[in-house]
Amino acid sequence: MLAAAILALLVTVALALVRAALGPTVFDRLQAANSIGTCAMLLLALFGFFGGRPEFLDLALVYGLLNVIGVIAVLKFFRQGNLGDRGAPATASDRQG
Amino acid sequence: MSSILDILSALCLAGGGFFCLVGGIGLLRMPDFYTRMHAGSVIETLGAGLILLGLMFQAGLTLVTVKLAMVGLLIFFASPTASHALARAAMLRNMPRLAPPVVQSGERSSKP
Repeated sequence: MLAAAILALLVTVALALVRAALGPTVFDRLQAANSIGTCAMLLLALFGFFGGRPEFLDLALVYGLLNVIGVIAVLKFFRQGNLGDRGAPATASDRQG
Repeated sequence: MSSILDILSALCLAGGGFFCLVGGIGLLRMPDFYTRMHAGSVIETLGAGLILLGLMFQAGLTLVTVKLAMVGLLIFFASPTASHALARAAMLRNMPRLAPPVVQSGERSSKP
């Protein structure tokens, strides 16, 4: 059952990668990146149990912390201005919140 | 006793994998950014919770269970924060919705 869960998570990561490649705006890509990060934490935990080495959980913890900090830092940046993304709306700088 | 724990663990792992798949499919096929976010949060609540619970059933009462609980607490507190920041940033940037409430006709000048 561990192998089945690992396969399901790998398919989920593939679907999220397709969304990150197709995503019309930068927020779609960020949402996909966040989901990939969560799936990577779970994959690390599952692989540790699958190979009989549960020490991989420490890596999962560190990866989760980096994921959260990365997403929030990038969002703080994108609230100020865009990166010339084609799908991003142009009239954002008049609503500071 | 151990077979009961094995069955429970297998059920939780299968459920977690299923919900992760559902979240991934929703992330790909939903028509809108906000509905996509709604689908993607299935991965972080039900998928992660069930998979971590299944692994806890396999680990027993050891330090590994404590680490799994730490991973679960991290996901439990951090992923709603990230989702909230994402939705708020999208709202502030006037992300289009499925039913747009007000079409902005004239573009105001961005000078304060």
